[in-house]
Amino acid sequence: MQYETVIGLEVHVQVKTASKMFCGCAVDFGAPPNTQVCPVCLGYPGSLPVMNEEAVRKTVLAGLMLGCDIARLSKWDRKNYFYPDMPKNYQISQYDLPLCRGGVVDIKLDDGETRRIRLTRIHLEEDVAKNSHFETTSGVDFNRAGLPLMEIVSEPDLHSPDEAFAYLTALKEILVSGGVSDCDMEKGQLRCDCNVSVRPAGQKELGAKVEIKNMNTISGVRRALAYEVPRQIAALEKGEKISQETRRWDDAPGVTSVMRVKEYAHDYRYFPEPDLVPVSVTDGMLAGIQKLLPELPEAKRERFVKQYGLPEYDAGVLVADMALAAYYEQAVIRSKNPKAVSNWVMTELLGKLAEAKQTITHCPIAPQQLAELVALIDGGQISGKIGKDVFAEMFASGKSPSLIVKEKGLMQVSDTAAIEAFVDEAIASNPKSVADFKAGNQAAINFLKGHVMKLSHGKVNPRLVGEILLSKLRSS
Amino acid sequence: MMLHTQTIHELRARLRRGELSAREVTQAVLDRIAGLDGKIKAYNWLNADDALTQAEAIDRAGSAKDGKPLAGVPIAIKDLINVKGQPCTCASKILRGYIAPYDAFVIGQLRRAGAILLGRTNMDEFAMGSSTENSSWGVTRNPWDLERIPGGSSGGSAAAVAADEAIAALGSDTGGSIRQPAALCGCVGLKPTYGRVSRYGLVAFASSLDQIGPLTKDVEDCAVLLGVLAGHDVKDSTSVAQAVPNYTQSLGKGVKGLRVGMPKEYFIAGMDREVEAAVRGAIQKLQSLGAEVVELSLPHTEYAVAVYYLIATAEASANLARFDGVRYGLRVDGDDPIEMYLRTRGAGFGPEVKRRIILGTYALSAGYYDAYYLRAQKARTLIRRDFEKAFEKCDVIVTPTSPTAAFKVGEKADDPLQMYLSDVFTLSVNLAGICGVSIPCGFTTNPKLPIGLQILGKSFGEETILRAAHAYEQAMDWHKQRPTL
Amino acid sequence: MPQKPIGIDIRYVSYLARLQLTKAEAAQFSAQLKDILKAVEKLNELDVTNVEPTAHAVPLTNVLRKDEVQPSIASADVMRNAPQQARGLFIVPKIVEQG
Repeated sequence: MQYETVIGLEVHVQVKTASKMFCGCAVDFGAPPNTQVCPVCLGYPGSLPVMNEEAVRKTVLAGLMLGCDIARLSKWDRKNYFYPDMPKNYQISQYDLPLCRGGVVDIKLDDGETRRIRLTRIHLEEDVAKNSHFETTSGVDFNRAGLPLMEIVSEPDLHSPDEAFAYLTALKEILVSGGVSDCDMEKGQLRCDCNVSVRPAGQKELGAKVEIKNMNTISGVRRALAYEVPRQIAALEKGEKISQETRRWDDAPGVTSVMRVKEYAHDYRYFPEPDLVPVSVTDGMLAGIQKLLPELPEAKRERFVKQYGLPEYDAGVLVADMALAAYYEQAVIRSKNPKAVSNWVMTELLGKLAEAKQTITHCPIAPQQLAELVALIDGGQISGKIGKDVFAEMFASGKSPSLIVKEKGLMQVSDTAAIEAFVDEAIASNPKSVADFKAGNQAAINFLKGHVMKLSHGKVNPRLVGEILLSKLRSS
Repeated sequence: MMLHTQTIHELRARLRRGELSAREVTQAVLDRIAGLDGKIKAYNWLNADDALTQAEAIDRAGSAKDGKPLAGVPIAIKDLINVKGQPCTCASKILRGYIAPYDAFVIGQLRRAGAILLGRTNMDEFAMGSSTENSSWGVTRNPWDLERIPGGSSGGSAAAVAADEAIAALGSDTGGSIRQPAALCGCVGLKPTYGRVSRYGLVAFASSLDQIGPLTKDVEDCAVLLGVLAGHDVKDSTSVAQAVPNYTQSLGKGVKGLRVGMPKEYFIAGMDREVEAAVRGAIQKLQSLGAEVVELSLPHTEYAVAVYYLIATAEASANLARFDGVRYGLRVDGDDPIEMYLRTRGAGFGPEVKRRIILGTYALSAGYYDAYYLRAQKARTLIRRDFEKAFEKCDVIVTPTSPTAAFKVGEKADDPLQMYLSDVFTLSVNLAGICGVSIPCGFTTNPKLPIGLQILGKSFGEETILRAAHAYEQAMDWHKQRPTL
Repeated sequence: MPQKPIGIDIRYVSYLARLQLTKAEAAQFSAQLKDILKAVEKLNELDVTNVEPTAHAVPLTNVLRKDEVQPSIASADVMRNAPQQARGLFIVPKIVEQG
């Protein structure tokens, strides 16, 4: 029997701000426990929340980037439940009037097929504190309590673990490109819960929905789903019933297991938050936020292909990192050879940066210097091989390529008379290779070329060497 | 001259002239408290040394001569307003041990005005009650008759002012908790328009109804103290950025041509006859001073108690959820957090608080939200509209503050519903968000107990109600009378 | 409007509110709240069709603050109120994983 998988994802993203959602506490990761707290985020008696305008702005921006309808009137609600990580035992969230509704994320699968995944809504809420567990007690750190969180809910439009992976990757890329969030899962800035069910192909009703929690990476999400879907199918084939439950993914053993079943389902008793007033998104506000819209990654990739004539692969690598894309564009403005610049960036530059454990933002080579290097090679002033040495020196010293070439006397020799002299010497020193070549072994010319390079310390223009060698060998 | 019997405006003049020191005034009030509070029990907490230290600092700085509006005036604080370094028990066991790490906005205002922060006054636990009998620290006594309650929930503040155990006091009002004890103790108590005074630092009972306000010996003092408390606060999102007028400038303008509304729903059977007579007498007095009486109707008055007890308890059930033994206050341990919550809250809250939390939780719970909470919020709109319509026809509305004078301790303790019904004249004001003040307008005869007149104004209409209140007060001498203690 | 039966399931509601009641309290409250709810039923007399609920007591929108860091409170003041603390954390009985 064939089965269809139905997956919906609920993603919580920490909005990139300087302070918390409803108070002015800092949001730095890794601070000593309970040092970034105040009466508001600790839920002290008498404290009151005040909205962070940047969190609202960035959520609207995310909504625009994802094609959502932005609510003209949005409000806050109290979600009531008790838990040690809840400073007030209610969470300020949004229930019936969220900031954004609808929206889409377009994903591209490995086989090149594209699919459109619909979003249900995006709303803002405050994060809860962090629990640690010991032998007989638990400890609570409220540094995280009150951080601004965007909850992005997708429709159950995903049909495989790979699609879920593609969706999360695309979503993260969009949010990072807009500066909405850094989406660093290691810092808890992006968390994902899955809802997954299976049903016999063709059946209209959805199967029982299982919620999966505790995946710490995007690949972890894929792994968890890749485990869970067959588990559910196997159970159904055995004639067992899937019950609606919450399961916890454990990456090490690679399995999901049932979490403790709750005695009572949560009755959140949502009601409008009386301490906050609604958000009214005016035309003026929207226009201002629309100005902040960045070029979406997909659009940038297409433009790189069209504008610079780059293959899709190159565009993909360059656009994967916004800072890298910006670097590339700055270099390419001053170059007539976008493909060469791309090659240098993708191989040499990224390689050297990885080795030095540096990011593109701290690259010692300025974009215009890279363009200059390419121009020197294309103009024949240095050979490609010498170019690599120059590049290494540029990276180490930050000096411009022209300066390095001058200082080290690396100018390529293109003077035919000089080259002829080297070629004559090489021919004279290697009678065996000459004989091999004349006997029909074309490859023997490479040995002669190599000797010329050695004699000239690599400074001769290899193309000219090849031409002159050939002509001399043929004529003799 | 008995300094503790003075008003703010009387003391201010003498402090400014250097005839008096802040220390003398503070000492006089402290002596009064020492001699009397054993009987009244208005105070939960008092640090005499701290008060005198503040006074000495005011004297050294010459703040009174500099004209700071409250320099050297000792003011009592209701025990649910956070003052940094002080306890803030809200008269509840669940906050025993809590030391406030911050000042409420109004405390900052008082400090800037040079006031002396006197002790912390008794109240109904978490402001839930109308008699101060719901305090975990025992009941405060009415200075006019020690067998009777002072009203609530700001009973301690009202008793302190009436007994000259404070020159003035701060209270809070969610359904009448400033006005009703003011009426029962014979002093002046004002609930500002919602949003006029910041709630930052006020332990929340019902977020959409709470306001902090002054309890004073006369209307002029009320105007002065309100002027210090009022103002926009960036830390309170419901605080309104409306300029604060000089309230004392409204005084002395008389009531000629002022239209005074008399809502028929507030003059019904069941009211104490002497209370009704006193209030009607006051209205006649206003007429003789030139006011014009307008009869009107506030048709949804009879629903106010139901609306209030659904909305206030619903909001309170969420506001009080934070008291769980995790971060501050009482903790009763358990094998897991749930057990800890159950035991801590079971031991820490008194019966009235528990009753209201249960009622509020129920009103919000699945299946009941529409029938109770939502319906109540819609009815609240109707009550608000009643007042809006009424204020088209009049400038102020006058009513009795309470249907009866102070009752005996224990008299209503077994019947919470009865207690709720006695708030009928004050509740609508909070639901509508408008302002109201209670001033003395007479006494019952046997025993002699104060009767309060309530004057209501539209949103941000404090100037008008103070003007009317002042005119009536100055034409009588109720405010000069003191209990025999 | 369809009415639910009057009467609070005290056991359920007090658990929702994490309030432990003695048997006596539960019985007493049950009776008292029944009376209060009866009085509250009065609201059903009202016609509230097309009446907007008063969700907010002030007619304000967009009360926002600039995204700037303000000083936090001193650790000493925070921890001094903690009923139980260790290693800078608020300590509670062990949380058994809930869904």
